[in-house]
Amino acid sequence: MISPKLVEVGRHLNIELKTGTEILALEGEPGNFKAKIRQEARYVDLSKCTSCGECTKVCPIEVSNEQDKGLSTRKAIYKKYPQAIPGAFAISKRGTAPCKATCPAHVSIQGYIALINEGKYFEALKLFKQDHPFPGVCGRVCHHPCEGVCTRGDYDESLAIRELHRFLADWEQTQDAPYLPELTEKREEKVAVIGSGPAGLAAAYFLALQGYQVTIFEKLPVAGGMMAVGIPEYRLPRDILNTEIQTIEKMGVEIKTNVTFGKDITLESLKADGYSATFMAVGLHGGRRLGVENEDADGVLQGVDFLRDVALGKEVSIGKDVLVIGGGNVAIDVALCAKRKGAENVTLVCLESREQMPAWEHEIEEALEGDINIVNSFGPKNFFIDKGSRVSGIEFKTCTAVFDEDGRFKPQYDEAACEAFFGDTIIVSIGQSTNTQYLPEQEIALSRVGGLQADPVTLQTPIDWVFAGGDAFYGPKSVVDAVACGKEAAESIHRFINGLDLKQGREKIWEYEKPDILNEPMKTRTPVRCLDPEARECNFLEVSYGYNESEAKNEADRCLKCGICSECYQCLDACLAEAIDHSQQAIEETVDIGSVILCPGNDVYDPSVLDDIYHYKTNPNVLTSLEFERILSASGPTMGHLVRPSDEKEPERIAWLQCIGSRDTNRCGNGYCSSVCCMYAIKEAMIAKEHSKGDLDTVIFNMDIRTFGKDYEKYYLRAKDDDGVRFEKARVHTIDEIKETGNLRLRYADEAGTIREEEFDMVVLSVGLQVSESAIHTANLLDIDLNKNNFAVTQPFTPVETSRPGVFACGVFQGPKDIPTSVTEASAAACAAGRYMAEARGTRIKQVEIPDEIDVSGPPRIGVFVCDCGINIAGVVDVPGVMEYAKTLPNVVYSGENLFTCSQDAQDQMKEIIKEHQLNRIVVSSCTPKTHEPIFMDTLEKCGLNKYLFEMANIRNQDSWVHANAPEKASQKAKELVKMAVARAASLRPLHERQIPVTYRALIVGGGVAGMNAALGIADQGFEVVLVEKEAELGGLANRLTKTIEGADVRTYLTELVERVKNHSKIQVLTQSLIVDFSGFKGNFKTEVLVGPGMYERKIEHGVIILATGGSEYTPKEFLYGDNPGVMTQIELAQKLENDGMENTDQVVMIQCVGSRNDENPNCSRICCQSAIKNAIHIKELNPDTQVFILYRDIRTYGLMEEYYTKARELGVFFFRFKEDDPPEVSTGEDGLTVTFTDHILGRKLSVDTDIVALSAGVRAEDTEELASIMKLGRNSENYFIEAHVKLRPVEMATEGIFVCGTAHSPKLISETIAQSQAAASRATTFLSQPHLTLSAVIASVDQERCASCLICVRSCPYGVPVINDEGVSYIDDALCQGCGACAAECPAKAIELNWYEDEQLLSKVDALLEGVI
Amino acid sequence: MRLTYPTSIKIVRVPCTGKVDVIHMLRAFEKGADGVCIVGCMEGDCHFKSGNFRARKRVEQVQKLLNTVGIGGDRVQMYNLSSGEGPLFAKYANEIHEKIMELGPNPIKLKKSKAA
Repeated sequence: MISPKLVEVGRHLNIELKTGTEILALEGEPGNFKAKIRQEARYVDLSKCTSCGECTKVCPIEVSNEQDKGLSTRKAIYKKYPQAIPGAFAISKRGTAPCKATCPAHVSIQGYIALINEGKYFEALKLFKQDHPFPGVCGRVCHHPCEGVCTRGDYDESLAIRELHRFLADWEQTQDAPYLPELTEKREEKVAVIGSGPAGLAAAYFLALQGYQVTIFEKLPVAGGMMAVGIPEYRLPRDILNTEIQTIEKMGVEIKTNVTFGKDITLESLKADGYSATFMAVGLHGGRRLGVENEDADGVLQGVDFLRDVALGKEVSIGKDVLVIGGGNVAIDVALCAKRKGAENVTLVCLESREQMPAWEHEIEEALEGDINIVNSFGPKNFFIDKGSRVSGIEFKTCTAVFDEDGRFKPQYDEAACEAFFGDTIIVSIGQSTNTQYLPEQEIALSRVGGLQADPVTLQTPIDWVFAGGDAFYGPKSVVDAVACGKEAAESIHRFINGLDLKQGREKIWEYEKPDILNEPMKTRTPVRCLDPEARECNFLEVSYGYNESEAKNEADRCLKCGICSECYQCLDACLAEAIDHSQQAIEETVDIGSVILCPGNDVYDPSVLDDIYHYKTNPNVLTSLEFERILSASGPTMGHLVRPSDEKEPERIAWLQCIGSRDTNRCGNGYCSSVCCMYAIKEAMIAKEHSKGDLDTVIFNMDIRTFGKDYEKYYLRAKDDDGVRFEKARVHTIDEIKETGNLRLRYADEAGTIREEEFDMVVLSVGLQVSESAIHTANLLDIDLNKNNFAVTQPFTPVETSRPGVFACGVFQGPKDIPTSVTEASAAACAAGRYMAEARGTRIKQVEIPDEIDVSGPPRIGVFVCDCGINIAGVVDVPGVMEYAKTLPNVVYSGENLFTCSQDAQDQMKEIIKEHQLNRIVVSSCTPKTHEPIFMDTLEKCGLNKYLFEMANIRNQDSWVHANAPEKASQKAKELVKMAVARAASLRPLHERQIPVTYRALIVGGGVAGMNAALGIADQGFEVVLVEKEAELGGLANRLTKTIEGADVRTYLTELVERVKNHSKIQVLTQSLIVDFSGFKGNFKTEVLVGPGMYERKIEHGVIILATGGSEYTPKEFLYGDNPGVMTQIELAQKLENDGMENTDQVVMIQCVGSRNDENPNCSRICCQSAIKNAIHIKELNPDTQVFILYRDIRTYGLMEEYYTKARELGVFFFRFKEDDPPEVSTGEDGLTVTFTDHILGRKLSVDTDIVALSAGVRAEDTEELASIMKLGRNSENYFIEAHVKLRPVEMATEGIFVCGTAHSPKLISETIAQSQAAASRATTFLSQPHLTLSAVIASVDQERCASCLICVRSCPYGVPVINDEGVSYIDDALCQGCGACAAECPAKAIELNWYEDEQLLSKVDALLEGVI
Repeated sequence: MRLTYPTSIKIVRVPCTGKVDVIHMLRAFEKGADGVCIVGCMEGDCHFKSGNFRARKRVEQVQKLLNTVGIGGDRVQMYNLSSGEGPLFAKYANEIHEKIMELGPNPIKLKKSKAA
């Protein structure tokens, strides 16, 4: 239903659509605001996306689908629903995933994990290598800060992120050739890198990716820096390292080993050799000294030297007992290496306590596994040396504290507590330093602590073409930090070489947000298999085996998808339109606006809070009504098949529980009625019955059924009486789950108070409406008052104005309401908002440019577009078959299929196809022309094709929907319908519409509250208004009213309103006037009115009409009304209360539904329940001792009025329900009036003697029989005017230019009447604002040659249009012709044809259908 | 409402039943249709005031003609309903379908096929 509206808005030239946007601030005054708005990034370019959906096929991220209320899943890149406007896809992101944000190299970790999950190892590896050249190295040695922030680690164990990318590197080893990243175009510029450690290699890698010529100069005989000579081989096998270095070499990077900077090469020589930039990454290859006596003795080694010698395969002799001094990772590596090099006893002594040790916990554990003796809290005092000056041991002093109060390194010792340790070799491993030899001569700047000096962001040194990074710049860090630094250096060097700003946009802040993990199940971390500790001795075999494929997948599956989109960038490759842009940023801007309308919609109540009663969270067969709505939907998770979630079995019994989250101040706090739930529950029950293959039993448990809208009561009666939906007046108090079946056992007390039990397959919770948190946030930002339930505060006489002038509210944000009322209110808000901008109207609009029409005089070239309508058609009809069949039909040169032909992208595509195939006739085979014809005709027009060269075949409403049980026959029928449409299309010819002027004047019929508000709405826009009232005074029914239920004074309001109307320069009021004749057509009506007591005749020319003829209170024939002065209507009672008060009255009995909800008037009069409660409260306030009884059938205080019902009960008003077939009886005796009625709880009759019987007399439409007949207006059986479409056009009549509002449409409250009259004014203003009107081209025309002037057409035309002209032949005025074709059918000479329905065009369909039958 | 009716029913759109000519109905039979029904607004509720009355007259005219030529006037029917009466449409559609099934194929069709 919403689709045409969406398309209309999406295509409207003067509606700028900003989705994903919120308003941040509003300044200025009404008519001249400045609004600050923020539009979130969509990550998809609207102008490029063709909505093909290929991206969703490759997206690895599945998340819960909000559209299906979580009953299905969608991808991270998605389109909310197929008809969505704008039609482009969008990507859901929740910041950056914590792992990626925290990784120094910002690898898309969630991305490669998602790809591992899908078995896409190559893609995963490629993704990793976009940001990091060493998946294998880092897969073994990374200190993985990512795992520290992994959300799963917050309640479970973090993911083994490092092991997962090691898995990728291991997988790469099994492939024929390693993955070689694609290089961009080769560039001539040369870059030198000094040092082949991870920083230098990474810089070279990223520079090479960009095409630069990179040479690395390495002092040692091997490449890799600390990766090669610092990290022991059992932790990082050299073949792994070498493979990854070789990849870099294969990318074109040259590595020259045994070259010392400052000695073999200099900055000068590099410059001379043509290098444009140099990156210094020389590392920390020196050891930090203890500064203790005898430190230089034989047998005292530096840890880094020892590791390097081991790595380079040099002979090391360390003896059997080795002492290692230091508590960091390097010390542990040293200790474990010593063990592997044959030491029998290795003792590691450090300053810190076990907890304070800087080494990572898992390394310490590995040391303990490796039989290393760790001794804590000792600082070296002095070395013992033997006679040969070789070290033999060391004396330690106890360290009492390592850090001072401020956390600075400042060890304190207890010199008295010393201990001696003895060993053959002592290896000092307390830190590293840069070897600065040769650097000063090269004028390389050094920092105060002895490292390289450079800018922290750009890494540029004081020599502009020299950059510095890695450990030598920032001190000892991990491989991944070096990679990150190398990447930054590459970026700086690239910018430097290209003369770009080095700093711009570099300091990105990586923010992350963690998802809600409340209901996530636990999943244990997959352990990594390792070499047994015994097997590790005396060898350098790798300790960890890593994951195999199944282990990796198992682990990857634990990912919680924190960022939603994993940034795996698969969509980039899949999108042929190049529409995806992951770098999009939110945009903030300030816009000039005149008014603001807030229509943020609503949330539904979350019944999880009441889980103890309803088991919504725990039992899958307990659904919210919105979830159930999705199950019934053809495009929902079950494709419209009625099955329950637990076992996909079709339910046999379904219960609806009303008022969940509504009318409940106790548990949920929402005291109001949500207004819509009764109707939707009835609808769902009826549709469920339609969808059910079996005999579905439906029960709606309710307190009251509130079907108060126009014709809603009839719908309720149909459900109850014809469709067998059961309505049970009860609030279910207990639900038990039946474990074996998944069924639910409901316990409730029926009306007589008997406890009953019933079992159901499914329970639907009819959840209420409430204002969303984001709407509350916006309201607070804009400084709008909200009531206690967070609905926008508005006043009864200004129903769409918020507390802030110039800001308006409509829809559920203003109060709970249904779609027709919301749409009406939206138009009302448009009217009210327009008041502040009347002067500017029409000044900033865009006009559509229609291209010149193309010549179609050649033979027909027909294009057929067959629509799937999602599965609406394709689910039944063989659409590809129909499409292929169409190709075989005469004149068809193109035939294609669309998922939704009406969607924006399909329409754009259609334009292209029309051009490409030079189509000159179009057939759309889809749904009904009633809603969709104008959309397609517009498209034709935009292509320069006359829009009447168009035909629709309705293969949905007339085929797939009605023949769903016979798919084959339906497919055959679809072909026949297409064949007929194609035949007619071939016979069509172009038609042209005439433009006519508009009379800028409105006629309003009825001078009540509705008519007067409509008049003001139009007049305030500068248009003239003539207001016709049959009575002598304005005001209508409101003249009899006193106050609204909220306490607003109707009399004062009415006086002011009448004054405003009478004094308005643009409004002319005609009282005591009667409409006697009417002619003309939209925009150019003529109405004849007899005015005033004198009944003089006036002809009024006007462009639009608003019907506001109102209604009156029913005059009861029942309950002794008119016979006894104590029996009165609610209006009479209200007047009495206002005028006389409530003295000497002990009892008042009110009877509801008098003249409503009966055989004579089946509808509910909507306003009587609140009238009764309003008066009851008034009575109680005047005299608390007066007893008030309200005898009712259902109390229908919908929306916020529920509060007054609650208040009345609190004030002691008695409420008794009666049944339609057992109404109360009113009798009169000596003691006055007596009312007798049945009390259901007691089960017997009660009699009440009373002073007053107040009848809630229903509403009757004013007598409009004559008016309807004069103006040809449609009315329903209760004489209310029928709007063109209940939801889409709620204030328009079927005839263009005629609008309706107030009680003339249906009974309603004064505030609702005001809103509706503003809506009608708004729609009428839209109509009057057109510079001219376009007439239909579907009119009759006379072939003068054939006309025999027989006058049959003159007599047959119901509008008296044809005349015999001066030439003596029939003439038909195209502005007057209504296009019915009666004359054409009657004309004996066949001289008249009705355009677009010419005989030939109609018969071509008949012929096509019956071709070959005979 | 998606109420089911037989696939034998195919709808030709006209602006008003008043536009439907005797010739249109006869042409259908001539080409081999087994039945025709004209569906218009409720009597008195014609959007174009009186088109449905004219249609009724023409339907009656066609019925007579068909009776005369031996095709059978029952093969053409006029129905009146409002746009909100989906169930009634389905009912009428079923009704005419059954009626035609009862009457059997259009005699023109039979005659022609015999001649062939």
